[in-house]
Amino acid sequence: MVKKLLLGTLLLVLTGLAGAQGVELTGAGATFPYPLYSKMFDVYYQTTGVKVNYQAIGSGGGIQQLIAKTVDFAGSDAPMTPEEESKAGSEVLHIPTCLGAVVVTFNLKGINELKLTPDIIADMYLGNIKYWNDPRIQKINPDIKLPKLPVTPVYRSDGSGTTFVFSDYLTKADIKWAEKIGRGKTLNWPKGVGGKGNAGVAALVNQIEGAVGYVELAYAKQNNMAVALIKNKKGNFVKPDIESISKAADVKIPEHLKVSITDTENPEGYPISSFTWILVYKDLSYLKDKKKAQELYKLLYWMTHEGQHYTKELDYAPLPQSVVKIIEKNLTTLTFEGKKLQ
Amino acid sequence: MKTRKYMDKIFKAGIITFSILTIAPLFIILITLLKWGINALNLDLITKIQRPVGERGGALNSIVGTLIITTIATIIASPISILAGVYVAEFPDKLISKITAVSSRLIAGIPSIVIGIVVYLWCVKPMGGYSALAGSIALAIMMIPNVVTATAESIMMIPKDYREASRSLGANFTRTTLKVIIPFALPGILTGLLSSFSRIAGETAPLLFTSFGNPFLNLNILKPMSALPLLIYNYATSPYREWHQIAWGASLILILIVFLVSIISRLGVKKWKA
Amino acid sequence: MIKSFKGKTGEGGILPPFAFLKRTKSEDFIFLQILKASALLVSIVIFAFLVTLFLSSWPFVKTFGLRALVSRVWDPINESYGALPFIVTTILVSILALLLSVPFSLSVAFLTKTRNLSERIKDLLTTSLHLIAAIPSVIYGFWGLFALAPIMRILQLKLGYPPYGVGIMTAVLVLTIMIIPLSASIASEVMKLVPEELEEASYALGANTYETNLKVILPVARSGILAGFLLSLGRALGETMAVTMVIGNFNNFPSNLFGPGNTIASLIANQFNEASGIHQSGLIFLGLVLFLITLIFNFTGNLLILRRVRK
Repeated sequence: MVKKLLLGTLLLVLTGLAGAQGVELTGAGATFPYPLYSKMFDVYYQTTGVKVNYQAIGSGGGIQQLIAKTVDFAGSDAPMTPEEESKAGSEVLHIPTCLGAVVVTFNLKGINELKLTPDIIADMYLGNIKYWNDPRIQKINPDIKLPKLPVTPVYRSDGSGTTFVFSDYLTKADIKWAEKIGRGKTLNWPKGVGGKGNAGVAALVNQIEGAVGYVELAYAKQNNMAVALIKNKKGNFVKPDIESISKAADVKIPEHLKVSITDTENPEGYPISSFTWILVYKDLSYLKDKKKAQELYKLLYWMTHEGQHYTKELDYAPLPQSVVKIIEKNLTTLTFEGKKLQ
Repeated sequence: MKTRKYMDKIFKAGIITFSILTIAPLFIILITLLKWGINALNLDLITKIQRPVGERGGALNSIVGTLIITTIATIIASPISILAGVYVAEFPDKLISKITAVSSRLIAGIPSIVIGIVVYLWCVKPMGGYSALAGSIALAIMMIPNVVTATAESIMMIPKDYREASRSLGANFTRTTLKVIIPFALPGILTGLLSSFSRIAGETAPLLFTSFGNPFLNLNILKPMSALPLLIYNYATSPYREWHQIAWGASLILILIVFLVSIISRLGVKKWKA
Repeated sequence: MIKSFKGKTGEGGILPPFAFLKRTKSEDFIFLQILKASALLVSIVIFAFLVTLFLSSWPFVKTFGLRALVSRVWDPINESYGALPFIVTTILVSILALLLSVPFSLSVAFLTKTRNLSERIKDLLTTSLHLIAAIPSVIYGFWGLFALAPIMRILQLKLGYPPYGVGIMTAVLVLTIMIIPLSASIASEVMKLVPEELEEASYALGANTYETNLKVILPVARSGILAGFLLSLGRALGETMAVTMVIGNFNNFPSNLFGPGNTIASLIANQFNEASGIHQSGLIFLGLVLFLITLIFNFTGNLLILRRVRK
């Protein structure tokens, strides 16, 4: 009986090992683009048979696992810091895959839209604004009756690119925030509760009345959550959607593609927009298998070309053509064991 | 006089109430699981793999993953633990036995998340990737104390006469142990194995940094693999109702596996003790 | 046959038909070595564990010493690694859960001791406890998040607190349910060891159930029960999944019992994947600290049980 069980398991293990014919790619990181990536990788599998296993553990996790070389690629909404790049050892390409928005969502019965300004948002998270019917909020929303409900800030408990984008914006737009908290993937939040991933934050905001949280637009849309209109640099209250996100990307894009587009100068641009990137080493030798390197290249090409069809339906903005051109050029610099992939 | 009677009545009522309250959570949790998970218990749940939000997905890859990872963990842990248990039982006074007993207890005290960290450092980083095998190794380490104890205790219950009878028939220590002692201790050993199996099947923390997760059905233990606890953790903390549904269904399946194995092993103890 | 071999012995004084016994001596030797090796392997595992933990914590300890244990601010990007909030919260949550569990564990233990209850009910009780203990941690977390947290929110709104739902109290409640089985079963086992004569004598002298149990049996079983509690505390300290799903993940001292906080295990679960260098070393150091705290409670508990059994 035991012998049969052991034999059966041995057979299974051998089959499993043998069945490793098809190329499988492993990635980890940002939850910001996860709704888009899970759709993209699903379609990619259906059309090409290549399995892409992407675990959304947060941008911080993605970057660290890429540095540790336990994954093939990473996803991040925060570009690598100089410390991270030096730890990585060799050059890491940042390939943008789409544009998204970090929206401020909240849970107030019957209220679907609210105008907010960066200083108000900062003060809610800093604990200086304790109730929703605070005069500062009421003043810019004269038509809405705000309840005397405590403000519960919700943030990310894991190292997050979304946190980076959110704090990057607040650092630019609010001096108090810049001094007290600053920008980063993991911050020292003075108040509130933490959720795991964009998903966790959305879940908590949904459950806690009076909660305010920051999530990627897709999460708010998918769960019918209320979204705030934010006053941008030019003084306009802008709603986050594909147009306002694309308008925010109307900046000069450098060759290395690591650009922040928060606090945009564009009068119709949404101020907390961001690119999200896939990070790969320029030298793909760590993949150990040339076929894998080629598949990774094909995946990246597909994501930035045909894959862009899937962005709009999930409320992400597609990459501007100018960016795609730079990506194509950068992808050709990928090498495997000294030789260019192409 | 009356106070004594009062206190007695209150006491009796108290311990009954508290005892009922103690087992209440079992039924509350089971009923909650059933209420919310029964709708998810359809064919999709066990035949489909994870899919993006909006597509009809299931828990197949996680169910298979749990079975594979737990079984491999049991296979890894059994030989070492059983043989170590034999040694501790047969030679309790030797230094090695005493050290082993202490070591076994120490392992039992390691928080499961710490086991995950160490196995990440031992296996995932050097191997250059996450894998089901790393997850199995982490779970196997958690199994060791239970199986060693179960083996040692079962063997120590065997009367001395058995050994002496075997020796007088000409068998040496090896033959005695393998052909007499272990077979008699087998029910107890199996009980230990089964109860450990059910315990680690539900563990999540050790798998977070080792097995990683995989939305696809994967039979290759050298690659990342999903497992029911990982699925439940990720889906439960998400905002999507359909994922909550799947998580409830997966919880029911996991509890089914755990309870079944647990009950079988307890019935085994009863039979054996009789 | 034996007659013909009389007087003729082979090597080592063994009669030829039983020469196979000599082979079996080397068989014994090999088998013994295998057994020894397996036992040693178990010790090697824990030894290697400790070595890895110490070596990986060293970079952190070398840089910050043990200051992390008393500093209050955990802010890795600003190089501040104060772990006091987590140590305090870990111990706070575990001790509260333990205290809450006492009446329940003792009640179950007293109930299993009484002779007036049928065996079937006692079996039902024990089996139920076993099943409660068998429920995986992640399911407790799931249930806590969806069934308990909403109730907490209603309570919090009524009491004027922000309706977090998740937080210290929720984590304590879930943890209490989880550790009752262990302390209840140890308490029951220990109470069974109290001699029946003692109990009978007490009743014979006219004491009622309340007095017999509380004033006679309990004091005698005291140290064993305490041991059970210490072991449950050890279990509660390391609990990760259920806690991290309902504690709110707030990396500071909780402002009140209804507010969010974070334990060491939960912090590690949150941050390990993205940590590297000193940050990672710091988390491993905290893991080591957690292990050591758990060890102390487990060790003391085991010691008390041994003393009890020897008596």
